[in-house]
Amino acid sequence: MADIAATAVRVPAATTANRRRAWREELTAMSLAGPAMMLMFLFLIGPVLCILALSLTDYQLGAKSLRVIGLQNYVDMFGDRVFRRSIENTLTYVGIVVPASVGLGLGAALLIEAGTSLRAFYRAAYFLPVMATLIAMAIVWEFMLHPRFGLVNLSLKAINVAGYDWLQDRAVVLYTLCGIGIWQSVGFNMVLFMAGLTAIPKDLYEAAAIDGVNNGWDRFLTVTWPMLGPVTLFVVVITAIRSFQVFDTVQVMTKGGPNRASEVLLYTMYSEGFEFFRSGYAAAVTVVFLAFVLALAWLNAHILEKRVHYA
Amino acid sequence: MNGGRLHPLAALARHVVLMAGAVLMIAPFAWMFLTSLKPQGEILSAELRLLPQHWNAVHNYTMAFTRVPMLRFLLNGAIVTAAIFVLQVVVALPCAYALAKLRFHGRGALFATVLLCLLIPVHATAIPIYIMFFHAGVLDSYASLVLPFVISVFGIFLMRQFFMTVPNDLIDAARIDGIGEFGIVWRIMLPTAVPALIAFGIFSVVAHWNDYFWPLIAINSQSLYTPPLGVVFFRRNDQGTDYGPLMAAATIVILPLVVAFLLAQRRFIEGITFTGLKT
Repeated sequence: MADIAATAVRVPAATTANRRRAWREELTAMSLAGPAMMLMFLFLIGPVLCILALSLTDYQLGAKSLRVIGLQNYVDMFGDRVFRRSIENTLTYVGIVVPASVGLGLGAALLIEAGTSLRAFYRAAYFLPVMATLIAMAIVWEFMLHPRFGLVNLSLKAINVAGYDWLQDRAVVLYTLCGIGIWQSVGFNMVLFMAGLTAIPKDLYEAAAIDGVNNGWDRFLTVTWPMLGPVTLFVVVITAIRSFQVFDTVQVMTKGGPNRASEVLLYTMYSEGFEFFRSGYAAAVTVVFLAFVLALAWLNAHILEKRVHYA
Repeated sequence: MNGGRLHPLAALARHVVLMAGAVLMIAPFAWMFLTSLKPQGEILSAELRLLPQHWNAVHNYTMAFTRVPMLRFLLNGAIVTAAIFVLQVVVALPCAYALAKLRFHGRGALFATVLLCLLIPVHATAIPIYIMFFHAGVLDSYASLVLPFVISVFGIFLMRQFFMTVPNDLIDAARIDGIGEFGIVWRIMLPTAVPALIAFGIFSVVAHWNDYFWPLIAINSQSLYTPPLGVVFFRRNDQGTDYGPLMAAATIVILPLVVAFLLAQRRFIEGITFTGLKT
């Protein structure tokens, strides 16, 4: 609106000098934004369009020619046991990691903010896994999960509980990876919730107290939780997007095994695309991955918009 | 919530629960570090013992640095993360300034494109970029590690939001002083943007120091390994899985970020939470 008003005022007074100035501003803007624009097309928009096109071909890296085969890659993919397993495992992983790490993150944030002592220590401790190099920690976890002399099974033995072969047992391997995923993302969710908690106006709690809300649980139900609602939805979507991208732990600890029990979407894409160089097929897998992530991102934008309307 | 006084029993319960959680969170770090101090014999014992009986730290850490070129890996990591961050700023800052402060045709469309690009996860572009680099002969080089990340739409977005809050008077005054638009970007806008740049820098450095996916795809030569590739290589290279040196190598790789984090916790948490927006 302001733009329109400004031009409306300016037009009658427009002189050659003015027009030249506007033209120069256009040129400056182009030269300032140009490199970023070019790189955006080269490394983001171009590749995404390319992935869509590639998924309709039988291209293999290094091949002299390619054929357009329509939706054949997609037909093959959904008929493939490995791919279906991969989707199933990824959804299971997301389905477990999201509620657990969001719930625990919320719990940690509430408990830490409920008191004042050791706040900084707890915050640092829970946040540490978020920024530590995941691949190095995956190697540490692998060692801790060693069936005979790993910390996990030795600790279980100390309290007389039988351990597992966490990474070799088909029935538990995916849940083991979920555990590591939860360990890694609780702290991230915790700090997002903490930011949400500090944004709740103090007088709401005072008003609740006047209305006779006295114990902590009631205070949580009447004030904190309703106020945290939008933040929670946001955290859920962000965690889901991050969980869809599980790759490092799988690649280094299990290679999708044993017997595909921990095969996940990005690992399938990686092995098809960069180990077997079936680029066309891998592109189709990427499209599915992208569809999931974009659907979640769209949901996120939708929620954010809603949140603006609340305010 | 209201940060006030808790009943003593509630305060105790809070500490019990949080401390139990904290132990679980820290356990892998502690176990990694303690193992890096122990001789192989103690590591492979079927008995749970926290502290080493015989100290083997010097041997383990020497092995971590000598069995593979660990220093080279760390240096590669530093070169790549620094190059990525500097180039991201060089590309993003002028674009963000134009979006926030200049009037030009297609500004709305450009900003919409930036927002759209924010949604693209890094993994989705890997195959086409790999094919492009393969044909251009850039694979397996520093350039292949840096180039795909030189454009950070998140950086553009963040800086643009920040520049919107910078008063126009500041820019007009600079123009009257005869400073050109490029001069304004680097001599006026850059210094005002330092707080936002620090947050973005932390996000960028953490993301690229820790990145495993792209280096795994783009790099073949051992001399170009980044720290995550290096530690995985160390493990694969280990005959008989020599855990002491392996845990020493893992400790070395995570140490720079962990130390930086402990020194500047608040900034790190801010920098990374900011990026809740970006996946």
